[in-house]
Amino acid sequence: MATHDNTEHVSDAPDEAVGWESKLQYFLNSDFVRSAPYWGIPFVLMSIAVYGGIGYNFAISFTDYEGLGTPDYSALDLEMYAQALSSDAFIAAAQNNLVLLVGFTTICLVLGLFLAILLDHGIRFSEKFQTVYLLPMSLSFVVTAQLWLWMFNVESGILNLVVTTLGFNPVDWLGNPSIALGAVIFALIWQFSGYTMVVYLAGLQSIPDDQFEAARVDGASITRTYLRIIVPQLKEASVSAAVVLMVFALKAFTFLYALVGRYRPPNGTDILATLMVRRAFKFGEWAYSAAIATMLLVMALGVIGPYLYYQYKQGSL
Amino acid sequence: MSQSSPTGSFDVASLVEDVNLRRVGQYALVVFFLGFFLVPLETGIMTAIKTNESVARSLPFAPPVGEGFTLGNIQFALEQLSGSFFNSLIMSIPATIGSVLFGSMAAYGLTMVNWRAQMGVLMLFVVGVFVPYQAVLVPLARFWNNIFPLARMIEPMVASIPFFQGYHADLVPLVITHIAYGIPICTILFRSYYQSLPNSLVEAGKIDGASITKIYRRIILPISKPMFGVVFIYQFTQIYNEFLFAFTLVTGSDAPAAPVTLVLPAIGASTSGIDFGIRMSAAFLAAVPTLILYVAFAEQFAKGLRTEA
Repeated sequence: MATHDNTEHVSDAPDEAVGWESKLQYFLNSDFVRSAPYWGIPFVLMSIAVYGGIGYNFAISFTDYEGLGTPDYSALDLEMYAQALSSDAFIAAAQNNLVLLVGFTTICLVLGLFLAILLDHGIRFSEKFQTVYLLPMSLSFVVTAQLWLWMFNVESGILNLVVTTLGFNPVDWLGNPSIALGAVIFALIWQFSGYTMVVYLAGLQSIPDDQFEAARVDGASITRTYLRIIVPQLKEASVSAAVVLMVFALKAFTFLYALVGRYRPPNGTDILATLMVRRAFKFGEWAYSAAIATMLLVMALGVIGPYLYYQYKQGSL
Repeated sequence: MSQSSPTGSFDVASLVEDVNLRRVGQYALVVFFLGFFLVPLETGIMTAIKTNESVARSLPFAPPVGEGFTLGNIQFALEQLSGSFFNSLIMSIPATIGSVLFGSMAAYGLTMVNWRAQMGVLMLFVVGVFVPYQAVLVPLARFWNNIFPLARMIEPMVASIPFFQGYHADLVPLVITHIAYGIPICTILFRSYYQSLPNSLVEAGKIDGASITKIYRRIILPISKPMFGVVFIYQFTQIYNEFLFAFTLVTGSDAPAAPVTLVLPAIGASTSGIDFGIRMSAAFLAAVPTLILYVAFAEQFAKGLRTEA
């Protein structure tokens, strides 16, 4: 601070050139400037890509741009948003998105918690099991979509093998619009529950063992101990896992595209992300799909915003 | 050594004692879920090494017997995929290195040096992790196709590099895109690590009069080697497995520059349906690089996921 006061003083003096130079010198030597290349270069690159991209998308969404020539920014309106909100395809996709968001996130959290507790409690080789449970998470959605396409196959898939062995008729898992979304959620749970398990296990391991001991001394059953004492302490792990899962549920495009290898996913599984990409790249309705993308972004921010605020309040950022 | 034998016998004794219903139930569940997670994979691999006739006749998860065994499907899939494997690797490796390095630098700048407005900048990075890429697809396509057609500009230059063809230029915008969008997550991963480092390390460096660059090169880089491993494995898996950017920038599965993930959903499909022997072979081959990384570095991969949350 002393140097700083000094330079302020000097700059007021008649010999202005020296003051200006030493001020600059001080500024150039400050931590802020010297660290600038480190965070600055990545920050600029990232900002152009992420925020520049979002801004540009936002601008296009107000035009009527359909892919020929350049967007016309002279007549901006909300027409594309109105068109989307009044279209049946958009409403259906938004509904499917909501089902996917709630169903997938809830079941993943519950199953992940269950697996974490199962492995946390005195299982031998639990690390090896953990590795296997997490394995699907290392695969591309494109790969897991192929595996599940085969599992769901009507004639020779495993699921129908089970169903027919139990004495029922074979089910067209992906062909029946009222089942297809459930089937997709099931496959995604297979891929993601290992992830929630890992997050919960980290949470469980940070809870001191003596809480178990104390509960045992008090004569509490294991189930009671978990429900009353342990699970409430996993709030933070649950919140972060839920945010990651929900954001994924909003943008889950790859799995649905790779299931069929075309823009239109199985009937009954169209979500905003697939609708947006189809409108943009198949039909060239750039402005319309930019509007859908903006709404998708708003939904994602609706999930992330409260989470970041919560993290910030907790001081864990 | 004298300690180990009593511990051993204690283990056996406790094992015998523990064989009660609850224990058995617990292990049964563990094994059940082992099956749940492995069956789709096992079925895929078994289907990949069966002849078409065997696929039609035997149970999907059963191993092939006698005449039913073939490596033909895998061979065919490998031929179909070999070019795209090369594309995937020359795209993923520089993209991973770039985003990991930038992420480490940004995290260093943000944590090791104190300055105002740091929290605001950090928030912008964190939001960047979660933004759905759909929100930038239209701008991305327009930017690389119309505004700044980098691929077309550098095509002759790329063609003159040995082992490369002109069409590999299409991968350059993809690499830059992956680096830019990979920076936020890499920054957050490194930041959590740098925050856990003792403050005294940097303070000592500062007192010795080391510059910020010197502190980074001499102190931070050497001690963050393990974290580089974690982030590298995490980020490579993400980029190799990624589909949406490649789909936007390289487009069709028949484009010569298409990476593996783009080609896979089209392999073994014909008007009469999907040849699952070929499709499963291709899926298995496409997964091999990430599977190898995962089996070798499962702990690092899990750590990457844990830190993300």
